[in-house]
Amino acid sequence: MEEYAMHEKRIKILIAKPGLDGHDRGAKVVSHALKEAGMEVIYSGLHKTIDQIVNIALQEDVDIIGLSIMTGAHIPIVEKLMKKMRDEDIIDKTVFVGGVIPAKDISKLKGLGVAGVFPGGTPLSEMIEFIKTHMKKA
Amino acid sequence: MAVARYIKDEKDRILDVILESGIHVKPLYTPEDLSRTGFDYEKDVADPGQYPYTRGIHPLGYRSRAWTTRQYTGFGSPQETNERFKLMIAHGQTGLNVAFDLPTQMGYDSDDPMSEGEVGRVGMAVDTLRDFEIAFKDIKLDKIGAGLTINAVASIMLAMYQAAGEKYGYDARVISATPQNDILKEMVGRGAWIFPVEPAVKLIGDTIEYAMTVMPRTNPVSVCGYHIRESGATPAQEIAFAILIANVYIDNVLARGFDVDDFVGRFSFNLNVFGNMWEQVAKFRAARKLWARNLKEKYNVKNPQNLFLRGLFGGGGYGLTKAQPENNIMRGAYYALVAALSGAQTTALCSYDEAYTIPTPHSALLSLRTLQLLMDEMGLRDTVDPLAGSYFIETITKEMEQKIEEEMEMIEKYGGMIKAVSRGYIQRLVARQAYEVEKGLESGELLKVGVNIYKEGVSEDVELHEYNNESAEKQIEDLKQVKKQRSQRDVLRTLKKLESATKEGKNIMPYLVECCKAYATVGEMTNIFRQEFGEFQEPALF
Repeated sequence: MEEYAMHEKRIKILIAKPGLDGHDRGAKVVSHALKEAGMEVIYSGLHKTIDQIVNIALQEDVDIIGLSIMTGAHIPIVEKLMKKMRDEDIIDKTVFVGGVIPAKDISKLKGLGVAGVFPGGTPLSEMIEFIKTHMKKA
Repeated sequence: MAVARYIKDEKDRILDVILESGIHVKPLYTPEDLSRTGFDYEKDVADPGQYPYTRGIHPLGYRSRAWTTRQYTGFGSPQETNERFKLMIAHGQTGLNVAFDLPTQMGYDSDDPMSEGEVGRVGMAVDTLRDFEIAFKDIKLDKIGAGLTINAVASIMLAMYQAAGEKYGYDARVISATPQNDILKEMVGRGAWIFPVEPAVKLIGDTIEYAMTVMPRTNPVSVCGYHIRESGATPAQEIAFAILIANVYIDNVLARGFDVDDFVGRFSFNLNVFGNMWEQVAKFRAARKLWARNLKEKYNVKNPQNLFLRGLFGGGGYGLTKAQPENNIMRGAYYALVAALSGAQTTALCSYDEAYTIPTPHSALLSLRTLQLLMDEMGLRDTVDPLAGSYFIETITKEMEQKIEEEMEMIEKYGGMIKAVSRGYIQRLVARQAYEVEKGLESGELLKVGVNIYKEGVSEDVELHEYNNESAEKQIEDLKQVKKQRSQRDVLRTLKKLESATKEGKNIMPYLVECCKAYATVGEMTNIFRQEFGEFQEPALF
């Protein structure tokens, strides 16, 4: 028991693909990487609505929701997610966004409450480090 | 294996090169390599235009005809798409290639709640025939072919293309469409699937059968190794899986009692160009040979012309980087060179800003110019299959052939392509390999300029294509107008007939054409299929 207590709590993360886009190479690569970094990963599969994503997050009681968005619709999608998370009273969960995200939108996303943004090309090690550090603080 | 590996000593001298497909490259190739691999000119390559077509499908290659350039285009509204088509034609582009927005690809109308924020974002929004009438206005549909980059509802788009053609006075027999129409690869990569495997394959069989009899200049299927490669497959797997997927479609049509020679000649392929250039050239040469052999030996195809692997070799999307985007212009030029050295009939390049956004007019034009200057300035039209006879190229072409066959055997052993896709075997395999590639990039085993070497000193500013919210609103408004103006009776009548035909398992194409002509919406037609077929259940990743 003592040994168990010395371990950090295992981070549980939902990697979700919101909307109609099916480009999931990035989401799957990230899922593999986080799993190998010791996190518990739930992958949503494709074409999920925000309601479905929040529902999975609730049922699985994840610590983090990570969205993968390639279409450029990241701002409206994140706005919708945050609203739904407030409605469901799970706004305390951490949100990360990855995908095709122009630099000028990163601060906008953070303003909406996103904890970290990982545009395509972000090294996996950098992302994992960021998540671990962030979750320690949280 | 998914990463080309360079084994080096402490002085940066290369000791071994292992290509993605698992082939070891030697420092020197001599005639001995040809005898070691049992190379036989007549049997292994033969002259261009001769079986097994390793050297190309035309005896004179680009001397008789330069490649068709088909940059991927499609923006927001049908009006904007029409303008871009005309611009690209004015600049010398010889084929059209339509990008559709995601709601259209997924069978939702622009006013559907599922479409919110996506209308016209990554391509043209299509709700009814009115949109095709606008998009193809004043385009000579008997002179220029149109690629329709859509899969799950390709049958609907092909029907709509026929309806639009007829509206402008072009008979279905003279127009030439190339719908992508390869649903199995959507299930492996890209992800724009709707229906389960069996009905989805049946719809493809319907379009092939229909094109054969009604639209003979149409290429009803473009089998895409491309996206499978983008998802993490090796070059050998790209070809192996594409051939096996094509065989699934062939089998569907054969089961209807048709002769393979009556339709297989219209199949085309869409294959990728990024990666080690020698491996790509060997891949394309081996692919032509294996496709021809597959058709001749497995399907007993008689007409030599039906053995041709015709295709678009291009794109290269995964090879492009977000870091130092202007480097992608140079990458594109090399990818185009690979396509030309491999005898591509049709080509297109991902534009340098595609890691950020859909291409601006400027970047799309740069891609087109890249393709044109290879043909017209650099001498790529001079002689056919210029690399043939190289000890190196001929040796790795033979080795590639063997690797592709091994990958095909692996899938057959598993229980065939349909089972491998339904159960997620291929999806898990390529996802795992994609992860290996990323790890290779992080460890430095795989080198990428601007990403893990030479990272300093180039500006990262890219002009972005902006999403136009107003054009989305206008699209929804236009749909409202069409719905008001159309005859509701005709819509209901044609949809009802489509529903019965779907239930009875008939070929749905003629019914779709009637629905399109009555201005039924894409969503209305798709909903009939959704109700009847249900949806594909994605296999678990882990």
